[in-house]
Amino acid sequence: MSNASATAPLDPAKFRPDFPILSRCVRDDVPLIYFDNAASTQRPAQVIRTIVECYEEHYANVHRGIHQLAQESDEMFEEAREKVRAFINAPTPEQCIFTSGSTAGINLVARTWGDASLHAGDEILTSEMEHHSNLVPWQQLAGRTGAVLRHIPLSDDGLLRLDQLDALLTERTKLLAVTAVSNVLGTINPLGELVPRAHQAGAVVLVDGAQSVPHRKTDVQALDCDFLVLSGHKMLGPSGVGVLYGKRDLLERMPPFLGGGGMIRRVLPDRFEPGDLPAKFEAGTPPIVSAIGLGTAIDYLNQVGLEAVAAHERRLTERAHQVLSQIEGLRILGPPPDKKTGIVSFTLGHIHAHDVAEVLDRRGIAVRAGHHCTMPLHQRYGVTATARASFYLYNTLAEVEQLGPALEQVQRVFHRRKKDEGGPSPWSVVRCRSPRTTDY
Amino acid sequence: MPPDEEELYQDHILDHYEDPYHRGHCSHATHAHQDDNPLCGDVIRMELAIDPAGTMREVFFDGDGCCISQAAASMLVERFDGRPVAEVRRFTANDMLDLFGVRLTPNRQKCCLLPWRVLQAAIYSPVGQTEAERRNPPEACR
Repeated sequence: MSNASATAPLDPAKFRPDFPILSRCVRDDVPLIYFDNAASTQRPAQVIRTIVECYEEHYANVHRGIHQLAQESDEMFEEAREKVRAFINAPTPEQCIFTSGSTAGINLVARTWGDASLHAGDEILTSEMEHHSNLVPWQQLAGRTGAVLRHIPLSDDGLLRLDQLDALLTERTKLLAVTAVSNVLGTINPLGELVPRAHQAGAVVLVDGAQSVPHRKTDVQALDCDFLVLSGHKMLGPSGVGVLYGKRDLLERMPPFLGGGGMIRRVLPDRFEPGDLPAKFEAGTPPIVSAIGLGTAIDYLNQVGLEAVAAHERRLTERAHQVLSQIEGLRILGPPPDKKTGIVSFTLGHIHAHDVAEVLDRRGIAVRAGHHCTMPLHQRYGVTATARASFYLYNTLAEVEQLGPALEQVQRVFHRRKKDEGGPSPWSVVRCRSPRTTDY
Repeated sequence: MPPDEEELYQDHILDHYEDPYHRGHCSHATHAHQDDNPLCGDVIRMELAIDPAGTMREVFFDGDGCCISQAAASMLVERFDGRPVAEVRRFTANDMLDLFGVRLTPNRQKCCLLPWRVLQAAIYSPVGQTEAERRNPPEACR
């Protein structure tokens, strides 16, 4: 991983014209400030053009046809796979399985490798900061196999408690499933330490790369992870496509996942032989055009340079922390900017995150509000919901600075009589009594 | 503030949010129910004291959540405090949105309807009842 601070930050003004949606207004007349990139990014005209051209000029189903369109689609689809391979430095393209997204990739591993490899008493180690997509499939796997789920706890400032690792990582641990970057805290996890320690314990490692691959250089061979998943729509690509990378020996030993067309070598009336990688895990018609669009998104990111993206996001995040620290009663969840990506989640006094997001929206600022598919993380920090601003290469410092006056306006709306400046909420609070608060 | 923001967070709504009607607990609740909206974490609890004639002598709510859900609960409690249970049964989701008064997006309608949903369940949820009692509610609650 190169030092981001050594790279000159990029100038977002150079890239903004490529993104048609950024020039629209919302709420009648307000220019859009799009800070919901951790949920999904926008896409440049280059990607949109690829999709249109694909449908208008080349489209046919892949891996089936002899005719010219089928061959053209085939070539474009496999070219996209090669772009993915190079982007994450996988050894071969066939180790990059096209899926519908990170969630699908994780479920694939859980249902194939997991069902075949885990037994009662085995342990799955994950963390308190995982997105539900890297938690629920393991809960389901534990339910099917009798395996036990454990969680690496979080420190108060949003870091994994590595001091707990010795107790959690044992010969019973068969899998470490951990995110590279938290989708709420922005925390960049120390995979360089986690992966070797998990391997020493004999565990397989799955990395959720959904929040890291779009923002920081990923090298699966240097990481030495066994599996990595990513989502196209979080990196300027279309929705509906993602990638599962796996080590070849694991992918080859795993039973197939979905059965159907495309994933077989031969079918007899009562049995089948699975096909080779990657077809074995790509039953049915794959997300052809989305995958090709993802290839163009990767071209775009390569042209911008991920190191420049990371440096730019650092600058935006530092400014966001400065601006937000001026707001009375505002609490940022997670570590300082030097330990995270461009994600800033916060609470504002007792004002509910949905009300914060609603008022920001009236100023054109799109942030996410809620639990961001991380209920256990929110419970860890004693909140039910946060507002989250998340940045990407096209966001500007001027946009980030808009957060200040917009949040002051939120306070004006809800503190008309200044009856509760500071201090705890004057109201009694009924906490959720649902089992999810303890049982995850 | 922009006009539609003024509309959503108008004084009437904020009055209920900041100074809610009957936030607290019934001293002798006969019926109670609590539910949440897991998407945003809004929680509402309703406690009712229903007399044998089927009149809600007291209605209280408590909860935690956004301005819309909490203000809607306050309005709903104010509307039905002292009223017959039968009126609650006739009070539809659309009536609740009308009572709230401000145009809401579909996502925020869920916030507004949470207290309505909880009240509708509360009238069928006697405190300390058994499962058999729940299936055969007393006359006043039918």
